[in-house]
Formats: sequence, C-alpha cells, structure tokens
Amino acid sequence: MKLTELFQRGEFVVTAEVGPPKGFHIEHLLHEVETYLKGRIHAINVTDNQSSVMRLGSLAMCKALKDIGVDAIFQITCRDRNRIALQSDILSAALFGIENLLCLTGDHTTLGDNPQAKPVFDLDSVSLLQMVGKLESGEDMAGNPLDGEAPSFCKGAVVSPCSDSVDVQLAKMEAKVKAGAQYFQTQAVYEPEKFIKFMEKAKQFGVPVQLGIVIPKNVGMVRYMNDNVAGIHVPPEMIEELKADKEKTKAGITGVEISARIIRECKDYCQGVHIMALGWESKIPDILKLAGL
Amino acid sequence: MLITQLKSKDTIEALAKGKVFIINCHGCKEVYFPEPEADELQKELKAKADVTEITTRDYICNPENLRLQLKKFEEKIKEADTILVFSCGVGVQTVAAYLDDKRVYACCDTCPLPGFQGVTPLEFDCGQCGECYLNYTGGICPITACSKSLVNGQCGGSKNGKCEVDKDMDCGWERIYRKLEKLGKLDTLKYPTQVRDYSKPFKEEK
Ligand code: SF4
Ligand code: SF4
Repeated sequence: MKLTELFQRGEFVVTAEVGPPKGFHIEHLLHEVETYLKGRIHAINVTDNQSSVMRLGSLAMCKALKDIGVDAIFQITCRDRNRIALQSDILSAALFGIENLLCLTGDHTTLGDNPQAKPVFDLDSVSLLQMVGKLESGEDMAGNPLDGEAPSFCKGAVVSPCSDSVDVQLAKMEAKVKAGAQYFQTQAVYEPEKFIKFMEKAKQFGVPVQLGIVIPKNVGMVRYMNDNVAGIHVPPEMIEELKADKEKTKAGITGVEISARIIRECKDYCQGVHIMALGWESKIPDILKLAGL
Repeated sequence: MLITQLKSKDTIEALAKGKVFIINCHGCKEVYFPEPEADELQKELKAKADVTEITTRDYICNPENLRLQLKKFEEKIKEADTILVFSCGVGVQTVAAYLDDKRVYACCDTCPLPGFQGVTPLEFDCGQCGECYLNYTGGICPITACSKSLVNGQCGGSKNGKCEVDKDMDCGWERIYRKLEKLGKLDTLKYPTQVRDYSKPFKEEK
C-alpha cells in the first residue's frame, strides 16, 4: 500500500529500515522481519548500498519483502547509476509492485568500502523526484513516451531537522516538495525541542513528516555519530544516561527508553515515525509499546 | 590548469628499453611541469639505460610545431627503440600520432589543477560544464565547490559547514547559501529543478 493513503487516513505511520546483507542469503533478515516487524509496522525501508558499502540490491530485497507480505520502501540513490539506469530501475520497481520510493542523493563513494568507485551523481535527490513524476506522466526524462500504463508511486525524501545548518536544509526541503516529494523521513532526532522548532517551519509545506529514530546502543556509538554523522547531535545528558547503568545499556533497555521518550515528546508534531534499528530490530516492539503506538 | 606528475622511477625505468629518446615539453603555462625532478630522474636514467638524446621543447601538442622541432633529430629518432615523453597527456598523444610506428610512452600522470588557462593556480576552478550556474549560486561554482557537483542544493552530508568527503573542505552549498544570504538573494535558490545536460559542452549551438 502507498504510504500516502495511510497519511491521508490520518494514521500515524510507523516504518522501520533494513540493510541488505553483503551476500545473497537473506533468510536471517526475513526471519527477523517476520518475528519482530511484520504486523507491527506499516512498511520497511530497504537501504541502497548504505554508506556506500556494497551490498545486495535494494530492489531485489524489496521484492523479497513483498513476497512475504510486507510493504517495502525502495530507497534509491543517485550515487551509482546515471539517469538511464535510475529510470529503468524505477520501471522495474513498478513491475514488482513496489509502491513506495525514498529518493536520495546518496553518500559519496569515498566514504564506503569501494572508495575507488566512480561517483555518478548524474541526478540528485531533487531531480530524481522530478524524474519519477515525469515517468508517472507517461514520459521518460527526455520526453520519450512510455509504452502502456504509466507507473504510479508514493514518493518520499529525507531532511535533517537537527542539522547545524537547518535553514539550508529547509531550502532543500522546499525544492524537494516542489519536485514532487509526498512525505519526508528525517535524520535521527535526539533533541525534541529542535525537532519541534523545525516542524513549525516545515508545516508550511503541507507534507507529512516521519520523525527519524536511531536507537542509541552505547556511548561509543553516539560519540562516533556526534563526531562523524551529519545532522546528528546527541546531547551530553543523553550520553550520561547511557553511561549511568552499563548493564541496562548493554541489554538495550536504555536505548529503548530514550527512543520511546523522544517519540512521545515529538508525536504530536509529526505524522509518523521511522525507526532505524541498525541490527536491533528485536527492540522495535518494545519501543512501540513504550511510546504508546 | 593541469599538473603533470612523474610516474614512479620503477615504472619509467621499465619503459626505457633499447635506445631511448627523451622529449620534455616545457611549453605552456597551462601545464605545471616538475622540472628539477624530471631532470634528476633523467640523469639517473642516463646512467642505467642507453639514452641517445634528451631534448626539451615547447608546445609539442601542436603537430606542425612538433614536426619542425623534431626535424633535426630525424636520425636519432629513426634508430630509437623507445620514445619517452615527459609532458601532459595531449603532448604524448600528439607525439604518438606523429611517430606512428614508434613505441611512445608517457612518463607523467596528468591531473587537473584548480585555476584557469595559463594563469596561476587558484582555489577557484571551472569544470567547463557548458551551462554556467554562477548567476544562481552567488558566484560560487557548484560543479567544482561541491564534491558531488550538485546543482539543486545541499546534500545531507554537511556537518559543521564542512563537506562529508573531507572535514577540511568547506561544503560548497553551505558557502553558496551563506553568500546568497549575505546578498539578500536567497530567492534565487527557488529556481526550477536543474538537470545537467552532459551533451552540452560537446554540442554546437544552433
Ligand atoms: S558553473 Fe562552474 S563549471 Fe559550469 S561554467 Fe560556471 S564556473 Fe564553470
Ligand atoms: S557536503 Fe556540501 S559540498 Fe559536500 S557533497 Fe554535500 S552539498 Fe556537496
């Protein structure tokens, strides 16, 4: 089902995210999805060679999820494919019945595990969104007609509400809305006040926004994110909270509590939540329960 | 602007087979040529290989000029087994085409250098995209100042104003935004979605 239909119905849309393995065996991943996610969330994002690390393809994994009855969100980046390949893959997604897209620019190739690769970036997140719209109108980017029925998608994009240059991000968000973005998922939020302030400005675009959550696993992880991950800032009190009871943090209870608390504080200001568990999919049911979802 | 860097000594020594004829090009200001390093390497090479001539010319990329300049070496070139060229990639290609039946080898790697045609190296660079965006972007080139050459705004990778690719490099789109902010021209960012036309620099204007 398209996420847009859920938003229109006024549902608080809950999505999670899985990263395909670096290999083609997906039994374990499917088992995790069946056990912890299926029936509890609306759809699952499948990352596209996340952080420029080469893995199993997003589209294939989306199809595998669809086959077990889970709605998938096809993440598609501009890092590895030119406009010919991107358009072609989007048609392929239509063939497989994938209805939701998340259009991203993508991390630079040099950040990943094949840093020698050619960075493509023929399109970017904005022109990618516009291109999908063009396909939906029955033409390719160059204006050549498509054969038969035109595809139709729910088109998503991302934004960083806690970025240190949030004004620059809002300008980009506006460009994405104009280019056809129908919903947004955000970068991980650890500062609800900043998120709420951001939403006051983002409201004007009239497009639903899902709060982004990355479960904080331990002090090392959050320090790493603070130093290296764009748009993420974990405040010192939260780092102290993770430090306070080592056993509790190790068991994942602190991370679950923090995540649920952020959701509760932001819930009234947004239209859904997107949980990036990074391998801790098993914690998602607890987070949802604790957040009252 | 280009910069030529010498290939490794091992690589060049392995190329120097039989009678070796060496051509250096110190021609144009467009190319930075590593003169002292090339000099030293060629001296060493002379001790190890059968180098019959080292000649330093200019503008070997001009075929007619090249022909005239090599005229007086006709005999030596004829008997040479290998021609080593220390120049930019265009120079090597010109020599290889002119001495069509000779083994002509490049001894330099050619890399782009910011700055422009024949002038000093600069921090400013132009990617010769064929559809200049500077008027939208406050005079800051999105093609060369942004690691991904994005034309529709900042990606999600900028942290503390720096680019995700290099913490020492300012994010080009952060610079563009701040500049337009300063000029009171943020509205120019509301231009319609841009898509690069990669055929453009090669297309003839109608
Ligand atoms: S936008 Fe940049 S690359 Fe394109 S013509 Fe202008 S300065 Fe050159
Ligand atoms: S961080 Fe800035 S300069 Fe680097 S790729 Fe993204 S937009 Fe371009």
